[in-house]
Amino acid sequence: MTRAFFALLARDLRLAARIGGSGVMGLVFFLMILTLVPFALGPDLNLLARIGPAILWIAALLSTLIGLDRLFQADEEDGSLDLITASPLPMAATVLAKVTAHWLTTGAPLALVSPVFGLLVALDGIGMLAVAATLFVGTPALTFIGAVGAALTATIRRGGLILSILVLPLMIPTLIFGVSAANAARGGTVPFTTPFLILIAITLISGLIATIAAAAALKQGE
Amino acid sequence: MSGDPANTPAADRRGGAGPALHLSVHDLACRRSGRLVFAGLGFALGPGDALLVTGRNGAGKSTLLAILAGRLRAAAGRIALSGAGEATLPERLHWIAHRDGLKTALSARENLAFAAAMLGEERFAPHDALERVGLPHVVDMPVAYLSAGQRRRVALARLLVAHRPIWLLDEPTSALDAASQEMLYELMREHRAAGGIIIAATHLPLPLDGAQSLAIAAPQPGSQAQGAAAAPDWDDWEIGDVSRASAGRRGDP
Repeated sequence: MTRAFFALLARDLRLAARIGGSGVMGLVFFLMILTLVPFALGPDLNLLARIGPAILWIAALLSTLIGLDRLFQADEEDGSLDLITASPLPMAATVLAKVTAHWLTTGAPLALVSPVFGLLVALDGIGMLAVAATLFVGTPALTFIGAVGAALTATIRRGGLILSILVLPLMIPTLIFGVSAANAARGGTVPFTTPFLILIAITLISGLIATIAAAAALKQGE
Repeated sequence: MSGDPANTPAADRRGGAGPALHLSVHDLACRRSGRLVFAGLGFALGPGDALLVTGRNGAGKSTLLAILAGRLRAAAGRIALSGAGEATLPERLHWIAHRDGLKTALSARENLAFAAAMLGEERFAPHDALERVGLPHVVDMPVAYLSAGQRRRVALARLLVAHRPIWLLDEPTSALDAASQEMLYELMREHRAAGGIIIAATHLPLPLDGAQSLAIAAPQPGSQAQGAAAAPDWDDWEIGDVSRASAGRRGDP
């Protein structure tokens, strides 16, 4: 069973690398949004620095949606899900393997490059580190929540838009605590750990609930 | 049915060293989006048996296989598997659906290695399995470059990389040339000789000696329920809107 889990994880990582798909696209999209904001707001560095973490988080949130619609749909379409159903791997473990692979190719790279992209919104050193840390623990929650939508829309053609509408409201708590943790790190009355720990809790809870929910949705889907 | 050694790999090896596998289905009914696809289906299969599922397009042949494979839920009926230890039916079968279940970006070898890792109980190495289905030259080629018939053969090679006693084959000969069909027939004969069970949904006659036959009648809107000897036990049965599927069994071996 463990072997099936890692085989699925490895296959999805290999597919992501080979098609060069959503991971790279997500990063490019992330960079695009960050480039647009300074153009829209004008060269006010203080303003940019103040809202920088928020912009980075919104950009990351939107980038997470890229490629999410194909998470289960691709396997549903080509019949791979039929093969996966016949394996002794429980559906929840299947979801966990696929979400992990998806996060490693989309969410994790976003967190890794966010300090560099933070330059575009005039973030200082502490701010960059704080944003990277919050994205690192917060983007798994985004991917998990998105996976539920992806499982629900797996059989719907062009389900991408419905998926976004379904999952974006559910991502709001993650966004709130991600941004407030990043802001708290740069000074203020709230200590950094308070919102940061809540963010970790959100990730863990969404990981548990979303895995079960997505598995149930996939079992229903036909 | 000596229960406990059923799960050990040694008992599960082909050749029927373990307890004999029996699959029986009673009064199976399926309803999809409110429409009754079929009802009252039943059959019983033992080691070496084969079942040929026939019926017109849309009669529910693939649906029946999907129910057996655990992808769809039956509206009524009972599926019983004995001699498999604690394993569930989906864990004991191969399902070659009409979609090949291959990732086109991966090579044939990678696809088969993945299937073997997912299904467990490996038998042949991917390379040997591909040789067996006559495709040794495409081992490292992305499946995207293969023709429909070649993809089908790669999908059929899945039957060889992992041992599963029950094979569900959905139109297994589609897109296959004459030589490949012969190869498939040979694989099916070997599987049955080793005590395996085959359930095939097909339009074309398959040379399965002594196979049982299950004809799913095409649903006809407004047709009367006839020969309802086995009383259906689903809840909202309405005569007016019912598509009746009659199941016949003939030619038991």
